Amino acid sequence: MPFNVLVLSCLIYVAFLFVVAFAAERRSRRGMPGFLRSPLIYTLSLSIYCTAWTFYGAVGYAARSGLEFLTIYLGPTLVFVGWWWVLRKLVRIGRQQRVTSIADLISARFGKSNLLGVIVTVIAVVSATPYIALQLQSVTLSFGVFASGTPEGWALPDRASTGIWVAAGLALFTILFGTRNLDANERHHGIVMAIAVEAVVKLAALLAVGVFVVWGIADGPADIMARIDASPIADWNLQPGRWTGLICLSAAAVICLPRMFQVMVVENADEQHLARASWAFPAYLFGMSLFIVPIAVIGLERLPAGSNPDMFLLTLPLSEGQGGLAMLAFLGGFSSATSMVIVESIALATMLSNHVVMPLWLWLRPTSAGRGDLRWVVLLARRLCIVAVLALGYAYYRMSGGSEALAAIGLIAFAGMAQVLPAMLGGIYWRGATRTGAAAGLGLGFAVWAYTLFLPSFGPGAVISAEVFANGPLGLGWLRPQALFGVTGMDPLIHAVFWSLALNTAAFLIGSILSFPGPVERMQGAAFVNAFDDEALTGPLGWSRGQAEPEALLILAERILGDDAALSFFEREAAEQGKQGYLPDPTPDFVAALERRLAGSVGAATAHAMISQLFGRATVTVEDLLAVANETAQIMEYSARLESQQEELSRSARQLREVNEKLTQLSLQKDSFLSQISHELRTPMTSIRAFSEIMTEGDLPPAQVAAYGRIIHEEAIRLTRLLDDLLDLTVLENGSVQLNLGLANLGQMIDRALAASCRIRPERSFDIQRSTGAEEVFLKTDADRLVQVFINLMSNARKYCDARDPVLRIVVRQKGGRVMVDFIDNGSGIPKDSQAVIFEKFARLSDESRAGGAGLGLAICREVMANLGGTITYLPGQRGAAFRVTLPLRLEKRETAGAA
Amino acid sequence: MSRRSRPPLFLAKSGYRRRRLHDAARLVPVFGAFLIFLPILWAPGETAERDTAWEGLYLFAVWAGLIAAAALLAPGLRRTATPDPDGPTEDQG
Repeated sequence: MPFNVLVLSCLIYVAFLFVVAFAAERRSRRGMPGFLRSPLIYTLSLSIYCTAWTFYGAVGYAARSGLEFLTIYLGPTLVFVGWWWVLRKLVRIGRQQRVTSIADLISARFGKSNLLGVIVTVIAVVSATPYIALQLQSVTLSFGVFASGTPEGWALPDRASTGIWVAAGLALFTILFGTRNLDANERHHGIVMAIAVEAVVKLAALLAVGVFVVWGIADGPADIMARIDASPIADWNLQPGRWTGLICLSAAAVICLPRMFQVMVVENADEQHLARASWAFPAYLFGMSLFIVPIAVIGLERLPAGSNPDMFLLTLPLSEGQGGLAMLAFLGGFSSATSMVIVESIALATMLSNHVVMPLWLWLRPTSAGRGDLRWVVLLARRLCIVAVLALGYAYYRMSGGSEALAAIGLIAFAGMAQVLPAMLGGIYWRGATRTGAAAGLGLGFAVWAYTLFLPSFGPGAVISAEVFANGPLGLGWLRPQALFGVTGMDPLIHAVFWSLALNTAAFLIGSILSFPGPVERMQGAAFVNAFDDEALTGPLGWSRGQAEPEALLILAERILGDDAALSFFEREAAEQGKQGYLPDPTPDFVAALERRLAGSVGAATAHAMISQLFGRATVTVEDLLAVANETAQIMEYSARLESQQEELSRSARQLREVNEKLTQLSLQKDSFLSQISHELRTPMTSIRAFSEIMTEGDLPPAQVAAYGRIIHEEAIRLTRLLDDLLDLTVLENGSVQLNLGLANLGQMIDRALAASCRIRPERSFDIQRSTGAEEVFLKTDADRLVQVFINLMSNARKYCDARDPVLRIVVRQKGGRVMVDFIDNGSGIPKDSQAVIFEKFARLSDESRAGGAGLGLAICREVMANLGGTITYLPGQRGAAFRVTLPLRLEKRETAGAA
Repeated sequence: MSRRSRPPLFLAKSGYRRRRLHDAARLVPVFGAFLIFLPILWAPGETAERDTAWEGLYLFAVWAGLIAAAALLAPGLRRTATPDPDGPTEDQG
């Protein structure tokens, strides 16, 4: 097969993946996730467990060590069919605590300790870097297989340049789709979809080659069985130590590997998907390994001795003249490598930015927690981390140079990540696990792993000298890296896994028993271990009723979550407290919920630190301590019941208070309405009466008559307008208004409103900022009524905005079939206590600019929007007066009926 | 609420079945591990006749059995996974 055809189809395949990812992102952004959230996609995305190492390497593994390659799949199978034990709890905790990565899980469990987050991040980066290098190498090698057989004289591509192109392409893809949104708990639909497609491709490729081998080259299963027993593979003997050790190791790895944790826990959209994946994922692995041995056997039979068994998947079809099949196998290997690198780098970048970069940044600029848009900083950090992770992988690949050093790296990485297992399992099942214990276990395990497995993997003399290998450091024989404490006769890998995990677990247990956890740690411990209990028992950490204004919290949340998400979160919380509007009371429950939400974006430790900066220290209340002690369960239960009753009471009290406040104000308003309306009616009446009197007396020059006539006319118009407004309002309030529904362009409506509102205070020049692209949307609504609302809002901005250089921002957004139009000016805004009344009749806030109108405008707007099936609300926290108009894209007849 | 302080000793039939279903779910990997580790005991020394193919077949059969067992249990477990009627005593595992 010509090499350029290969490169071309490779590029087409990559372009196809980009399109798939874009389509998935678009679909989910439009609020139609549909099948994107199905258990099938979840299961397929789990297949990133099968990297290029398992794709190409499994055949090589089988050729060298027979059935032992199955251990890599049997371990995960046991974990998944036993999901009721561990995975279920892990996913539940991940969703409850909005965990962003495995480092975040450990850090959050042990009192939101950033130290542990950093340790786990370091372990993950150190063990994953060679693994990423391995993927780059496999892609380069498989290119090499095709290039070497080209008769056209295509120059063998330079290893380094292929590697760098692949790495750069992957970085681009990951940054494009992996850092689109900040909240790690919001799924990366594009990436997950692309991975699912790649999963199908790699399974199809392996099955196709397998079917070709079994039925194309051999004579069906019976023949294959005979050939297997005749081949050198049958010389294999099961080594009990390796068999047991590798199954346990791969079982641990499938939980602990950062990329597996990412797709399994972080990207999980629904806990129930796990039930389906519990058998579907083992079935996928089953399919992936079914034909490995036949391919290896036939490869050993057919191909010349000395050819690389790792590449049998490619070389076997090529030597049989099946170019298309080889092509498919190549794409399968390419898929395995790329999907692994993409997810791994997202997972590592999340850890690095949340546990290393952000804490550093907050530490260097402690004051900046209160200013500026942090989202941008976090996203930039994450993007840089993705580039850094890939650059590290590439650098490792360049430095290690040959395949020899990389061949065993898959298992070495497994063993490295497995060091997290004791702290993780201990953390979710044992309340007594403490931070000290976890840090000791992780540190010791990591050190032993590095000393006995990772550093020796570079070969004697590379990092650890041959002298140390033979006699131990300083001649201490019992410290030889591959015979620790005199244990010889063990396979080096199993030796390292055994000692690192044994010492790790021992240090973790002893450290936990000897140390005493802090209050935050104990609360988190209870919340994690009792993840399936009622929330009441494991309630949130009590934030002391602090000094922080909800508005300050809102601004903080906006800077991390973005305006929309923050506002809707606050609105929901406020509604839960029984309040209207966007500002809930800063109760401990609310602050804890906010902290968890922020933790979904920046990790538990950082979120905790940021809220602490606003709120002062978190305190543990007496009830919390009782919960920790867990001794007086009945008293606690009783008080919990009392508490919930009290909460219910205080919620109704709050609602009553709010209603009462509103009633009082309404009554005041009614009084002022009466005096206002008599005043408003009397003023023009008086002048009309006076001037008409003068005119009836006669003897006036015609010019005078004309002038007086004009005044009378103008005053009459003012009266009519007032009465019109009142009538309009009555009609709207009764819901008997007739709407003229039709299609109208939103941008044009805003244009109309702008032109009309220019007449108000024309001497002021306003800077109008609009989002022209987003305005290109057609609405089915009553255009005249909507324009009336817009005119009103813009006129208000012109009248009342007191900034020196007034700016009016008009922001248009779509969300779930509704359009939101925000009108935001840069004036001093509306004071908090007045925000509740501005939509009432005759509620004019100050008399400083009585530019006509009687304070009916916003009341009319509210009624119009209710008739159009939408709302108009005041948006707090925008550094100016801001109004949000929300309305449906398509207004149906029955909606209007409902609104009426 | 009183359920938590003293969980009922005997359950109605549906609750009883649900608990046994959970037990079954916990047992699947235990049986699986037993069957997968069984080849260790097949006296690896005596390799007079070559039996790698049959060993492989055995392992794949066990594997398929595990998948089938998990697939059979999954729908029932999915229904009971979200609500948690058994309370903490059952779930602390």
